[in-house]
Amino acid sequence: MSYKIRKYYYGDIPEENAGSSDFKSSQVPPSGGGGGWPLWEIFIRSKQGLDHKHVGSLHATDAAMAVENARDVYTRRQEGISIWVVESKYIHASNPDEAEELYEPANDKIYRHPTFYDLPDEVGHM
Amino acid sequence: MNSSLFDYNIHLADNALILAQRNAEWCAHGPILEQDIAITNISLDLIGQARNFYQYAASLKADGSDEDTLAYLRDVREYKNCLLVEQPNGDWGQTILRQFFFSSYQFLLYEQLQQSKDEQLAAIAAKALKEVTYHVRWSSEWVIRLGDGTKESHDRMLKAINEIWTYTGELFITAGYEEAAVKEGYAVDMTSLKNKWEERIKEIFTEATLPFPATTFQQSGGKTGTHSEHMGFILADLQFMQRAYPGCEW
Repeated sequence: MSYKIRKYYYGDIPEENAGSSDFKSSQVPPSGGGGGWPLWEIFIRSKQGLDHKHVGSLHATDAAMAVENARDVYTRRQEGISIWVVESKYIHASNPDEAEELYEPANDKIYRHPTFYDLPDEVGHM
Repeated sequence: MNSSLFDYNIHLADNALILAQRNAEWCAHGPILEQDIAITNISLDLIGQARNFYQYAASLKADGSDEDTLAYLRDVREYKNCLLVEQPNGDWGQTILRQFFFSSYQFLLYEQLQQSKDEQLAAIAAKALKEVTYHVRWSSEWVIRLGDGTKESHDRMLKAINEIWTYTGELFITAGYEEAAVKEGYAVDMTSLKNKWEERIKEIFTEATLPFPATTFQQSGGKTGTHSEHMGFILADLQFMQRAYPGCEW
């Protein structure tokens, strides 16, 4: 017998597997939190940073709890001062198998690459 | 040494330390990873508060005591924590409810304590208030989720209210040293804050579809060293290492 193995890349989790925000089951979810607690991706911006960086994921029943859990889990060591949470099912990712056709054509089009400027020293690192 | 100021510090420190010890019992046993981390974070916040109060108390005593001797080498009757914090964890609902009752009380206490005549107490209160604000928010939201959750979570919350409501009255009964400290302007008169506390509880309970308990007999005695049967066991856990290996270091 052959099985079709479907891998989920970051997100693209179909509705049936995404879990719901109704707290249907008992208080203790089965391991992995799959028993009704959706997965959320967490983005933290550090004090000196400009952008929120992806730091990991966690389970929570709703957005308010996700923000509090992220505060408890991902800002303990002063990692940051701002939190974004997004349910994992809303993140859509490119397929790594398609990397060749998506990204390699840009390699030889050097007229697009920003590498021919002379940067004055005062500008610093760009 | 101003003995009522010292006793008041010990009372505030013991409250924090014993609840921290109870919450720490959840470490590695939380219902889900994120909540395990949340409750132990709260434990650490409380230990930080306890350390601040013990250090100040030790400096008042000025006889060579330090935070460690005060925390680890006193016996049951010298502890001045209220009875609420020494109650068993029970299930997650009971832990949440205990935290909700206690943090709401601490919030009002620290808010006022910032105006204490004693600068050290005011400073400790200002720092602790930020932590407690989060504790209140976290526990309130959980009370609402469990109260207004499934039938099972609602029933468990009702059971928890029955178990620990009787220990909440003591928070607003002033002990002797507390009265003296209030007169001198160092301490907060909790009896005046009882109504505010009850309002807050009612507010959250309404949203959580939980009934506000009827007036019942309230236990007391913890603040003056008369503790429940749990205290001995808590201290055995807390103090064993220090008493078996005095002065031990990592």
